[in-house]
Amino acid sequence: MEFAELIKTPRVDGVVLHRPFMPTVEGTLCLTGHHLILSSRQDNTEELWLLHANIDSIEKRFVGSLGTIIVKCKDLRVIQLDIPGMEECLNIASSIEALSTLDSVSLMYPFFYRPLFEVIEDGWQLFVPEEAFKDLESMTDEWRLSEVNKDFSVCPSYPSLLTVPKDIDDESLCKAASFRHGGRFPVLSYYHKKNGMVMMRAAQPLTGTNGRRCKEDEKLINATLCAGKRGYIIDTRTIAVAQQAKARGGGFEQEANYPQWRRIHKAIERSNVLQESLIKLVESCNDQSHSMDRWLSKLEASNWQSNVKEILTTACLAAQCIDREGASVLVHGTEGTDSTLQVTSLAQIILDPSCRTIRGFEALIEREWLQAGHPFQQRCAQSAYSNGKPRSEAPVFLLFLDCVWQILRQFPCSFQFNENFLIMLFEHTYASQFSTFLGNSVAERVKLLLSQKTVSLWSWVNRPQELERFLNPLYEPNNLVIWPSVAPQSLQLWEGVFLRWNRSTKCLDEAYQEMVHIIEYNKELQNKVNSLRRQLAQLETEDSPLQTP
Amino acid sequence: MEHIITPKVEYVKLLNTYPEKKSALGTLYLTATHLIYVEQTNNNARTETWVLHHHILSVEKLPLTASGCPLLIRCKTFQLLHLLFQRERDCQDVFQSLLRLSQPVKEEELYAFLYNPHQNEEDRRQGWEFISVANDFSRMGLSNEYWEISHLNKNYEICSTYPSILGLPKNASVAVVTGSAKFRSRGRLPVLSYYHKDTKAALCRCSQPLSGLTSRCVEDEQMLQAISQANSNCPFIYVVDTRPKLNAMANRAAGKGYENEDNYSNIRFQFQGIENIHIMRNSLQKLLEVCSMKSPSMSDYLTGLENSGWLRHIKSVMDAGVFLAKAVCDERVSVLVHCSDGWDRTAQVCSLACILLDPYYRTIKGLMVLIEKEWISFGHKFSHRCGHLDTDPKEVSPVFTQFLECVWQLSEQFPCVFEFNERYLIEIHNQVYACQYGNFIGKTARTHTHKHTCMLHEKTFSLWPYLLKNQHLYRNPLYRRSLESTVLRPSTLPLHFKFWCGMYNHYDRGMHPKQSVLDQLLSLTQKQVEGERTMTELQRVSGFVEVLSVWRGIRLI
Repeated sequence: MEFAELIKTPRVDGVVLHRPFMPTVEGTLCLTGHHLILSSRQDNTEELWLLHANIDSIEKRFVGSLGTIIVKCKDLRVIQLDIPGMEECLNIASSIEALSTLDSVSLMYPFFYRPLFEVIEDGWQLFVPEEAFKDLESMTDEWRLSEVNKDFSVCPSYPSLLTVPKDIDDESLCKAASFRHGGRFPVLSYYHKKNGMVMMRAAQPLTGTNGRRCKEDEKLINATLCAGKRGYIIDTRTIAVAQQAKARGGGFEQEANYPQWRRIHKAIERSNVLQESLIKLVESCNDQSHSMDRWLSKLEASNWQSNVKEILTTACLAAQCIDREGASVLVHGTEGTDSTLQVTSLAQIILDPSCRTIRGFEALIEREWLQAGHPFQQRCAQSAYSNGKPRSEAPVFLLFLDCVWQILRQFPCSFQFNENFLIMLFEHTYASQFSTFLGNSVAERVKLLLSQKTVSLWSWVNRPQELERFLNPLYEPNNLVIWPSVAPQSLQLWEGVFLRWNRSTKCLDEAYQEMVHIIEYNKELQNKVNSLRRQLAQLETEDSPLQTP
Repeated sequence: MEHIITPKVEYVKLLNTYPEKKSALGTLYLTATHLIYVEQTNNNARTETWVLHHHILSVEKLPLTASGCPLLIRCKTFQLLHLLFQRERDCQDVFQSLLRLSQPVKEEELYAFLYNPHQNEEDRRQGWEFISVANDFSRMGLSNEYWEISHLNKNYEICSTYPSILGLPKNASVAVVTGSAKFRSRGRLPVLSYYHKDTKAALCRCSQPLSGLTSRCVEDEQMLQAISQANSNCPFIYVVDTRPKLNAMANRAAGKGYENEDNYSNIRFQFQGIENIHIMRNSLQKLLEVCSMKSPSMSDYLTGLENSGWLRHIKSVMDAGVFLAKAVCDERVSVLVHCSDGWDRTAQVCSLACILLDPYYRTIKGLMVLIEKEWISFGHKFSHRCGHLDTDPKEVSPVFTQFLECVWQLSEQFPCVFEFNERYLIEIHNQVYACQYGNFIGKTARTHTHKHTCMLHEKTFSLWPYLLKNQHLYRNPLYRRSLESTVLRPSTLPLHFKFWCGMYNHYDRGMHPKQSVLDQLLSLTQKQVEGERTMTELQRVSGFVEVLSVWRGIRLI
């Protein structure tokens, strides 16, 4: 097959692998179409299996005939391979470079991967819009499922089925779509059962410089308001950025045309800025300098934590409008595929306890990210170590996960999943044997025939033996709205991702194991006590007819 | 009581800083020892805020506003109370009373001389004897072939700020000891801080030598030689001056300074660069400004944190502690540590090294021993550093706070090696400033006399029994004894140091995690104890019932 042409040297012996905080391994390096493998052929040492897709960039160095390749991965790990022989080293390097930058989706590993496990519950069938709509129907009859986008012609980045106000017909939807960036007309994102308020999302309206308006768009969003009630439009951009967008045909809702809505501008950065922020953050995390001032000033300059704070603040605002103010909300930025989704999905985690379960969180990702048209493939093509000029790469989803982690840290008993679940999702968005995060939209995934040709991440994750690692032992379901603190002191650097490879995790792992042990032991003890009580009660009833001598 | 002008003021508002929610309305009371704020809530519930007068750092009257007269109270526990009075008069009265109440002039005014935790004289005596520095020496294996427990200082004649018993190298003669003391600032001669049984290397402490530009002292040189000879594993010792080189050099002009390597055989000299008490005080000041900023941006916060230099200083203390522990444990080299007087930075780094080296000091009781040994008995000037009495504000410095923070930073890297949790450190911190117990009172240069100690032991109580009684609150549920023999090797890369929100923003509850893993695990361990008890009880009963039924079965046949 075609990969063979790219592999100049499939095998080198005597390669030494260096990883931080792990013993060095000497062994044989093998290149396959999708993996870089290092095996020591000894039973007790771990083998390295690295997906080429996980490789962000490589560096070569030579000392005499000993070559060294530094492999920088998208999951932020950095490893070093010492390869004897200059030619071998050059060959390996150029092969890795070629294999890790394949452009064609159909050459990706998920199309070649055959699961070694039996798929019991097919992840592709798990979260269909019809099911979500059934839930909604049980709560309200104000909404309908529209097929207006069934061939993806009205909006290429939307799924084929969309939840819209019952009174708005498909024709109006088409007109509203033509008034919104990328055809992303306002659709339902979340229904707050407690008070019947809703959150919608869209892309920016195409008002342009001459203040275009669209009656259907206005009617569409007004249809979600109760009589006499006002709603909030949360524009994730600053007013200045939104003003500038007018010049390029975009814009924002004018008060005059949307009198029942109050518009609030926030300042979530655009995706290209976020990528820059990630690169700077990772760079400072890898800095081995012992200067505290340098670390703190680089951390500050990366702006990563500022981004986390701004996104969480905006999500809290949206949640507050819905839960506290009892108002409906429309969220949008420019395209409605990035900051918008960060806000709508985080607001749901704050408001809706079901999003804090594993299934609920998967459903949220499916609904608010995959089906909502977040361009995963473009955003996750490269990560923090990429040498190439960024095209549309951006850690939008990683920032969302970071925010979830912040909430999880503040409410450690309110989530069914643990930090590892979030880290796993981060890894799989950048490189995976599963195809869940391939493609940029539902339309693209349908075209790629992913559900027929490849395996869904959920098919694997939801197997009990995998799930075990991701369960939070402290979980106690609660039905409350959880309000995170967004004070800078309350937000921490997500060490699990950013310092993951820069520290020894032995002590932290031990602490986690100890915590699990305490909880498990307690459950066991309570069970034993209960069963002993039952036995005793039984013995006593058996004995009761007898008189005590 | 004569200082209280108005004992009770009604309709006082308590403003919330974070989160900025509706402020409370309540009544303010002033007692001889406390400021008490009682909040009236709608459902007749009372929430009370008690602030010890000794905990008040400053009281500030802010400019009048339309809503009333604001009074800002800053506490040494990092609590911030923003009160709003309706009447200017009340505000002024409370202000004046607090000014006086929060700054006792005489030692007898301290809370400890009033406080009685319902103990009798016997309890009191036992409380004071509970922690013994002598016991710790025998735990280390003293006396032995190389080191002995010396009573040369039993009347505090050689050094008034040192303990009465000292660990000294066996081959140092009395003449060498007294001679060396005369060559050290305030007579603080080199003595043992910690003896590492496995490597035979010792950690010793002293103050700076009075070397000036050219002076030398044969006895002092012999003293260091004796320390070196007490460790057969290594032909030299490290002499660590914890100060920045520049500061040490400046001291030479004043007839003090540091060891000249030419005069001392077999020493390796080095500086560690921990800043002085004034820089630390200013740094904390800046840190607290950052902590009390109203809705700062992330950038304001991080820039403020950096500019305060606080974490840089914490790191410098940690770096020095790690250096000492490595020398003693890995290189098997004895170390002599000093700064200027040898009671601030020296206390910090020696006690930190002890924690890194010896798991005993990571236990609840062990930390008490360590504080008693390295801080109290070696004359750390708690009264001055904590500003217990109305004295020179330039003497105040968060030296002990920094030590506690270093321990906390370690506990973040090693969550299973400490028997205690964060609350223990915070409680100790608050108690040090509270003067409710006698332990930290009067450790100033010249009050370290036998008479004074006896007086304290007769009139005040010791903190340690109180902490021990409440130790269930301070336990770390993740503590694993099996790990205890290991020496801690923390990473001191800047990114492993965190801001201690639990300490400096302790009273801003809104900033803390809303669910506490610690509480959850503590209640589980409590349940576990009960479960195990029930289990044994049930097993006993069921065994009895079974025997009974077997016995009946036999009878039926």
